[in-house]
Amino acid sequence: MSIKNISAELIRDTVARLCIEANKKLSPDMESAVRASFENEKWGIAKATLGTICENLDVAEKTGLPICQDTGMACVFIEIGQDVHIDGDYEAAVNEGVAKGYTEGYLRKSVVRDPIRRGNTGDNTPAVLNTRIVSGDKIKITVAPKGFGSENMSRIGMLKPSDGENGVKDFVVETVKLAGSNPCPPIVVGVGIGGTFDRAALLAKQALLRPVGSHHEDKYYADMETELLDRINALGIGPQGFGGKTTALGLQIETYPTHIAGMPVAVNISCHVTRHKEAVL
Amino acid sequence: MNYEIETPLTKEKCAALKAGDTVLLSGTIYTARDAAHKRLVELVKNGEPLPFDIKDAAIYYAGPAPARPNEVIGSCGPTTSYRMDAYAPTLLDLGLKGMIGKGKRNDEVIDAMKRNGAVYFAATGGAGALIASCIKSAEIICYEDLGSEAIRRLKVEKMPLTVVIDTTGANLYIDGVKAYLES
Repeated sequence: MSIKNISAELIRDTVARLCIEANKKLSPDMESAVRASFENEKWGIAKATLGTICENLDVAEKTGLPICQDTGMACVFIEIGQDVHIDGDYEAAVNEGVAKGYTEGYLRKSVVRDPIRRGNTGDNTPAVLNTRIVSGDKIKITVAPKGFGSENMSRIGMLKPSDGENGVKDFVVETVKLAGSNPCPPIVVGVGIGGTFDRAALLAKQALLRPVGSHHEDKYYADMETELLDRINALGIGPQGFGGKTTALGLQIETYPTHIAGMPVAVNISCHVTRHKEAVL
Repeated sequence: MNYEIETPLTKEKCAALKAGDTVLLSGTIYTARDAAHKRLVELVKNGEPLPFDIKDAAIYYAGPAPARPNEVIGSCGPTTSYRMDAYAPTLLDLGLKGMIGKGKRNDEVIDAMKRNGAVYFAATGGAGALIASCIKSAEIICYEDLGSEAIRRLKVEKMPLTVVIDTTGANLYIDGVKAYLES
């Protein structure tokens, strides 16, 4: 069996490119969802607000400015084929890519080196890197810059098995209700159910990487996605919290087996500038 | 109602604005977010002067993306305001009249707004590229070490804002949702 060599420089340059591209143009699924919400909204102030949001996408495309000034903390998901050999330092390459992308792309540097003592790192490093080893001889890189207006509104609940399906649903809807106008609605909601404390949160973030509005392969969860989205949009929060039917553009659920004693639920809130861009090497 | 107003935000100008009104704001505003607010309130506690005249001023809760060569500023939308709630009443009591951000405020801030006749405006969160086009000049006046969080003096022209909380405490985040749900 042959081993494929991929250089750390290629990983660095790809991460840099994805950081820039993700921040300047929404993925086609997100852009269509935003523009469709404008068409479908009837409430005056809500429609006007969605119109402003669409106009901003046009201006970003025309000027090459980032869509939002919060160009996020760089969440980087990498799947490395087990038949790949990386020439050079892998994690250093990812962080060098983030530094290069955020510097050369005139993106905002939003990362502090210590959570309590603060101090901006100046180049938006480090990334939040998740790596999986998979079969094959390729590397798949996904960069998902995450803004913190919405990240701050996310919650995790260690529910009891007896809380059941309704407990999970109520926790998700309550999270969106508590967030209200804060996370820049219309939002996208990532829900992770199961696993452990940490895995539930990771699942919720990974749910945000799926095309907005795509459904879980298990019909039980696909139906739950539809029901939760309907319940959220019935809250009336609306675009920017001014009122209206467009509170969320999509809701995706990811699941994992869990312990007999538990039912973790994580809700990762994202905004109308939900960004992700991927490349395969 | 739709208004076009200019800074400074006098008591009279503020009193006319009602929750739900839209405003095109022109004039001088100052950016300040988390770290800058912490420093401003420390100055006040120590009896030292603030780096800009806060009477009838407007603070924009924003940390812009860097300007490209030959441009004024990068994307510059609002950040979430509640993180400044701990500091805002101190500044309101010193004469601050306008706060521009997005998202909810707590009761202490709303009480201080009513006490001082101040207004809370929302700019469209996530519309940083569009808002940048209303900013005609930007200069860092202090705290350059904070990077994006430095205090900047901005000259803005017809910056589109929505009055969320007015001088009487009426709140679009409550009334707007209620009006929609009752429709």
